[in-house]
Amino acid sequence: MATEANPYRLLGTRIPYVEGPLKVSGRAEYTDDLTRPNLLVGRLLRSPWPHARIRSIDVSAARTMPGVAAVLTGEKYPTTFGVLPITHDETALAVGKTRYIGDILAAVAASDELTAERALEAIRVDAEVLPEYSDPHVGLGAVEEPIHSRGLNGSNIQKEVIQHFGDVDAAFAEAAHTVRVRGNFAGVTHAFTEPLVTMAEATPDGRLTVWSATQVPHYLHRALSEVLGIPLHRIRVLKPEVGGGFGGKSDPLPHEIVCAALAFETGRPVKMLLDREDVFLTNHGRHPTQNDLRVAADAEGHLLAYDLSAVIDGGAWSSFGTVTTYYNGVLAMGPYRVPNFRYHGRRVYTTKPPSGAMRAHGGTNVRYTIETALDELAEKLQMNPFELRNLNALPPNSTTITQFRITSTSFLACLKAARERSGFDAKFRKLPYGRGIGLGCGFYISGSNSPIHFTPKMPQCTVHLKADMDGGIAVHCMQADIGQGSNTLLAAIVAEVLGVQLDRVHVVPVDSDVSPVDIGSYSSRVTFMMGNAARQASERLLALLLAAAHELTGYPAKQLRVREERYEVAHRPDVGVSYLEALHKAMEHSGALQASGAYTSPPMGGTHKGARAGTAPAYSFAAYVAEASVDPETGFFAVEKVWAAFDCGRPLNRLAVEGQIEGSIHMGLGQFMGESMNYRGSRLLNPSLLEYKIPTPQQMPEVEVLLVGADDPEGPFGAKEAGEGPLVAILPAVGNALYDAVGVRFYDLPVTPDKVWRGIERLRADGKRWKGT
Amino acid sequence: MTSRPLRTRVNGTAVERTVPDERILLDLLREDLRLTGTKRGCDLGTCGCCTVLLDGRPTLSCLTLARSAEGREVTTIEGVTPAEGLHPVQRSFVEHGATQCGFCTPGFVLTSVALLRDHPHPDREEVARAISGNLCRCTGYTKIIEAVLAVNGGKPRGD
Repeated sequence: MATEANPYRLLGTRIPYVEGPLKVSGRAEYTDDLTRPNLLVGRLLRSPWPHARIRSIDVSAARTMPGVAAVLTGEKYPTTFGVLPITHDETALAVGKTRYIGDILAAVAASDELTAERALEAIRVDAEVLPEYSDPHVGLGAVEEPIHSRGLNGSNIQKEVIQHFGDVDAAFAEAAHTVRVRGNFAGVTHAFTEPLVTMAEATPDGRLTVWSATQVPHYLHRALSEVLGIPLHRIRVLKPEVGGGFGGKSDPLPHEIVCAALAFETGRPVKMLLDREDVFLTNHGRHPTQNDLRVAADAEGHLLAYDLSAVIDGGAWSSFGTVTTYYNGVLAMGPYRVPNFRYHGRRVYTTKPPSGAMRAHGGTNVRYTIETALDELAEKLQMNPFELRNLNALPPNSTTITQFRITSTSFLACLKAARERSGFDAKFRKLPYGRGIGLGCGFYISGSNSPIHFTPKMPQCTVHLKADMDGGIAVHCMQADIGQGSNTLLAAIVAEVLGVQLDRVHVVPVDSDVSPVDIGSYSSRVTFMMGNAARQASERLLALLLAAAHELTGYPAKQLRVREERYEVAHRPDVGVSYLEALHKAMEHSGALQASGAYTSPPMGGTHKGARAGTAPAYSFAAYVAEASVDPETGFFAVEKVWAAFDCGRPLNRLAVEGQIEGSIHMGLGQFMGESMNYRGSRLLNPSLLEYKIPTPQQMPEVEVLLVGADDPEGPFGAKEAGEGPLVAILPAVGNALYDAVGVRFYDLPVTPDKVWRGIERLRADGKRWKGT
Repeated sequence: MTSRPLRTRVNGTAVERTVPDERILLDLLREDLRLTGTKRGCDLGTCGCCTVLLDGRPTLSCLTLARSAEGREVTTIEGVTPAEGLHPVQRSFVEHGATQCGFCTPGFVLTSVALLRDHPHPDREEVARAISGNLCRCTGYTKIIEAVLAVNGGKPRGD
């Protein structure tokens, strides 16, 4: 019900996911649930070497085995691709070299799994082993055999960013307080539950149809066209339900292209389901990173400068790495005013599985580094950590020194809510030894203003609506619901604007033949961009319905208001028509009604090199408090409770926003507490969900979600993102809580119990006391 | 590797198939019977997405030979879903937003159905323990636990 606090009928309430009944009954269809007649099984041969020059690949024995329909090697499809148009350095299968243990050397399509596996075993690869480079620091200078020819000056550096705003050296010269920290972050991966999977079929009409577990059907569409050399309009990409992504299904991935290539080679449908080890080797998870940060502040605690440098381990390919390199710097801006900023970021190729985009891409590791450094700074200043944040908060309608346009921010309200609800002041440094409380804050983009697109002039999202005589409304859009609830939001916006029941609205599954382009589920862009496009499309459809209502009632459209399933005269509520009456009248002129809406973010940002990185039409803000307990004898710790204050503007579906925050806390805690891609040299040691441990239900704390955002001026119905920003604040909140508990700072993630125990022992050995111990 | 006849019951229906000895129950369900509600997440018994009920007990079908179902009753997610509407556990999952991507959901529903049959009024810790063999990467388990607790009017945390 619409109220003063919430003027909307549906939006702002708790809206169960529209596809929920299909998911709880096992009827939702994921790519591996689909089949086609005469289906072949696709399998991949992966490189056992971290770095090798391929002399020859002999597939003759494999090719003639009964049941083998095709064997493919790299030279047939040498066109490079990659998610960023400026760094196309991948090929579907290895060409000339392999660059990590897991690079694809060859592919087989066969009648069944066993035959395909036997064919792979029959392939002989002759290769010259090259030096492996597992440590990004080694690749900073010239190396014997650069992993890629594009490495800077004979090094393995893929991208170097050097930025300087203001005068950092002058700021440090006048600073009353400085803090210097080094944060080390192990690589982590998405660990979505649905493995990577693609099915493809080439048909005699010259068309290719591809079903894939992807977050960005549009990028897959483009990569298929580029690598296979087929015009876009002859490729049809369908996105069935997707079992989680978190960034790991946002690059066009080599197996997707190989699967399509095998379909062309054989003329038959081919399905390629990756096993869990292959999923880990495909990776594209969060970059292992070393951040060196110096913070300068004046005597009152005003921040004067950040001086940041980073070495980022890219793995074998570029992926999103150029963006990562920028983000790891510029996302240091916000939620505070920082008048001077210097950044030197280097992303280095290594002979390991490629790193890429993972939830809160580029913003997570740098945020941990900053928020723990600020906790140190507050201690030096003998200041409550909340007061330090209050003092430095960016105000609404301000600009960062990197020229980011901050419109709405409820950061102060987040701080207030988290501080009060957690009882922070009564607990901070006052809880008994072994128990602690900590604050961590967050800031993230609500959609990138710099879309990866054919031309930045095209809209980032388009939504089409069609209403026919049955009264149903079909919604077409290539946005990718991967579980975050974007289909539900899309349907709810249409229903809200038109005043119809939610079940009249049907979001048609993504199909590039009918879905207008949206650039997908990444950069936490969907609510903001799709929401605005959906609103515009719905308002245009509503105009057609109100014109018909005018014809029927005689009252001008502007005097009509939208009620549930009814359009009535504002000052004569007894005069009105039903939605169906209006629809059927409108259809007398045109048949089924159609409307289109689009969203393009407004011009913004500076003119310096890399100025577009980090620009967004809005930003989310967060203040999280975590309370934790530590067993000092073992180092085991538990996060007991989290107060998560978040500014996503107006929350449009409270159920989904809570779900995003709770899920983000789970994922962020995983990175803090134990998740790590472990390597011996370049070999991944734990490519399974048994050895790569995500938090269990018992490790998950109670979460109190505090939604305090005010309406954003440009967001749809005032909304901003809630999909990625909720992750970044939890890691430093817990890190700072552990410090409060036992007096030890943790800068190497993950923080496993052995590290906690060693830290406590070191403190004791140094004769330092904490909370009276 | 030999194939032999297998007699079992799946969702209340007798099934007779000639099945190779090494065939796992998950493949029998997904590929032979096309019961695709049972999901393949890891093939290693780590994720719980392939959970089914074997004589009512939650069982990882990827680690179970089809042969093990000889003479026993297999219940999949299709088997707990009524012809019309939803099972109370399923309804609670929908109402509480306990699904996000949904890939783990059938396994969680089956585990929860078995828990609630034996313990109609579990507390939060009992629910957490019961579902700890099922991984969810989306929800942080929060809404799943709330949904299970609510099925029989369970108490929220803290009460």
